[in-house]
Amino acid sequence: MQDDALQNNGTLLGADELVLNMGPQHPSTHGVLRVKLKLDGERVRGTECVIGYLHRGVEKIAENRTYQQFAPYVDRMDYVAAVSNGLGYCEAVEKLLNVEAPPRARVIRTILTELQRIASHLLWLGTHALDIGALTPLFYCMREREEILKIFEKYCGARLTTHAFRIGGLQYESYDGFEKDVERFCNDFERRIQEYVDLLTGNSIWISRTRNVGILNAADCIAMGASGPILRAAGVKWDLRKAQPYAAYDQYQFEIPTGTSGDTYDRYMVRIEEMRQSRLICLQAIEKIPEGAIMGKVGKVIKPPAGEIYHSIEAPKGILGYYIVSDGGTQPYRVRIRPPSFINLQALDRMVRGHLVADVVAIIGTLDIVLGEVDR
Amino acid sequence: MNPTLHGILVFLETWWVELTSGIVIVAVVPLVAGYVVLVERKLMADMQARLGPMRVGPHGLLQPIADAVKLLIKEDIIPAESDKLIFWLAPVISMVAALTSMGAIAFGPAFQVARDINIGILFVLGVSSLGFLGIILGGWASNSHYSIIGALRSTAQLVSYETAGGLAIISALLLSGTLKISGIVQAQYEQHVWFVFLAPVAAFIYLVASIAETNRAPFDLPEAESELVAGYMTEYSGFRWALYFLGEYANMIVVGSIATTLFLGGWLRPFPNWKGSGLIPEGIVDAGWDLVPAAFLGLIGVYCLYRAGKQPAKAQTWFMWAVALACFVVAALYAIPALLFAMGIGGVAGSLSVAVLPGLNGAFWFLLKVSGYIYVFMWLRFTLPRYRFDQLMHLGWYILIPLAIVNIFAVGVAMLVVANANWNHGLALTLATILGTVVTLLFAALLVRWHDRRTESASAASMAPDSYAG
Repeated sequence: MQDDALQNNGTLLGADELVLNMGPQHPSTHGVLRVKLKLDGERVRGTECVIGYLHRGVEKIAENRTYQQFAPYVDRMDYVAAVSNGLGYCEAVEKLLNVEAPPRARVIRTILTELQRIASHLLWLGTHALDIGALTPLFYCMREREEILKIFEKYCGARLTTHAFRIGGLQYESYDGFEKDVERFCNDFERRIQEYVDLLTGNSIWISRTRNVGILNAADCIAMGASGPILRAAGVKWDLRKAQPYAAYDQYQFEIPTGTSGDTYDRYMVRIEEMRQSRLICLQAIEKIPEGAIMGKVGKVIKPPAGEIYHSIEAPKGILGYYIVSDGGTQPYRVRIRPPSFINLQALDRMVRGHLVADVVAIIGTLDIVLGEVDR
Repeated sequence: MNPTLHGILVFLETWWVELTSGIVIVAVVPLVAGYVVLVERKLMADMQARLGPMRVGPHGLLQPIADAVKLLIKEDIIPAESDKLIFWLAPVISMVAALTSMGAIAFGPAFQVARDINIGILFVLGVSSLGFLGIILGGWASNSHYSIIGALRSTAQLVSYETAGGLAIISALLLSGTLKISGIVQAQYEQHVWFVFLAPVAAFIYLVASIAETNRAPFDLPEAESELVAGYMTEYSGFRWALYFLGEYANMIVVGSIATTLFLGGWLRPFPNWKGSGLIPEGIVDAGWDLVPAAFLGLIGVYCLYRAGKQPAKAQTWFMWAVALACFVVAALYAIPALLFAMGIGGVAGSLSVAVLPGLNGAFWFLLKVSGYIYVFMWLRFTLPRYRFDQLMHLGWYILIPLAIVNIFAVGVAMLVVANANWNHGLALTLATILGTVVTLLFAALLVRWHDRRTESASAASMAPDSYAG
């Protein structure tokens, strides 16, 4: 019956379609996303995303900055996972320069990036649960995220846009007690995850709100380029940390959690399990951090040879890629960034069609977008 | 005498109780509702590992007043494209309905707020349902998409859950045989037991329905913040918004009072008409129960004194002392008449204590039960995610309403059995209650299974084409 109505280009009751403008100022569009919903009653017949409210021209800025000067700008894309952005950029330029960061720097980078993954997933979990109406998990998630941000603050003085890494390695040695802080966090975190699981995983309202909602199967994910937990929840075991190891990931044992049906519940389970795996990676890494230099052989002036490079990493939200073209000068000729949020957001229309208004916020939440990264 | 003056005097003489209680309701209920909000914020903060309001007054105690003042002096905005008269009227309807329905509620045997009308429960239900008119009209008059969706959701939710709640109430009314509020409580006194134990399923259905009727989580879809910004209240601001807000909390007090009266024994203490084993004289048992309110308040006072030493700031220590002192004063007010009564002291003091004791104790137990009921509301809100609109409707129409109807029959049959069986009354009552409940619960299990299967096949059918649509 609904399909008949769709074909007749009318609504179920023969009334006009209601166009609801969600955003750019809306409590649960996670920033300045604007979604025009075409509604038949409460059922969504179509969507149109309007983006660009946070466009700052990051890629253009890169052409007028030296390689080092541009590094802090990438922190402002996915601002809840700044460390991961920085890792991708620094490794891309290192690849272009054909240098490698020393082992010690790579291990510390891995630890900080995995902590950042946990922090990003925690923020996702809290806001996603809040969108579905569960108030309390947000504050529990913020409490744990605070611990991670404190470690960042002790390490490099910044909490959010950290600029933690430098091209060629690290600027700062790990502070005294760094391992102990990470270990304490990891030990507590096992118990804390169980609190969210207790509140949500078995809750029948949570299950009925997320099961079979916003299904994106593996074929669709691959066709649209969706990556990260969204792809893995559809059952595809693809994680760049295993597929093309970077930093120090090849030294550690961890699992790639996958789902089966690719619905919102599976994405929730995959991300929860990823936090557990990140915790295990951190625990393995702090066991033996190699001694030695933290900075590779990189000159004061970075002048890569002419050429181009593409380097991608597994950011918390998906595959984050940097395509850098050098003309041999001190400034990149062109930087093109493949932001996971932007590409995952494409799937929104396919995921929400036929669902209700309440599911739209659940699906925006499960996509885990950050508008700073979508608009750049 | 001047005939006009005479007329006014006659009018006042006839209606002074109603007028006074009206003034008291209008003056007190908004304040109480404001403090219910503060309690909710504090409880929420406690469950979420934070402190909640701490700035205005000690421990944020003056926060409701600050909020009210802020809302009063805000700019009064009426959207240009709205239906101005209805926009103005809607929040007033909501608030007036909530306050009026307070009028018929009884807080104690001799403490009816306005008047003990013979259709008390029906009056309270009817008038409090009028409050939804304010929500629907407000959503419609705002001329905004979010508001109209919120109002539509609210209408559908009202129709479904008022039905379920009304049917649940019928079970209790069957047991009491009267609509009069004092009569319902009297019936629970005479049958030795609160109706929640005779009709537990009905009490549960009413709990769920009353959460939905007051638009509280997990049924707060009409004002679902993450979806509809603020639902029907989106275009409202300042004091109009405050009227809606206060109306909502006043409504919570109303449904709490209804549930307390119908299922939790109203102002009766636990075991109100329970004849003991004979080992302890009845008089001592009664005197012991009379001292419970004083002991309860005294314990809170002692706890405050214990916490006072552990406060981080001096002002907070003083504040805890003040709270403890207030608790002790009220505890003494409760203890003195109870002790006078127990010791059988006559004279003016004795007869005064006989007069005030039932009312004092009744108010204590009634308010304690209402607070407990509202606490459950809050607890659920902090714990559960929100239902989706279709799931809410399914729960209402496919599960709660059939369950309530079956429960009415189960209670009716059980009553017939009890009335006609020649067994021991208590045994028959217990057996009939257990049997009725089991039958209803079996039916509920069947319903849930049937519903799950139905939604599974429905979602499988609707998902397949939809995921490739467009």
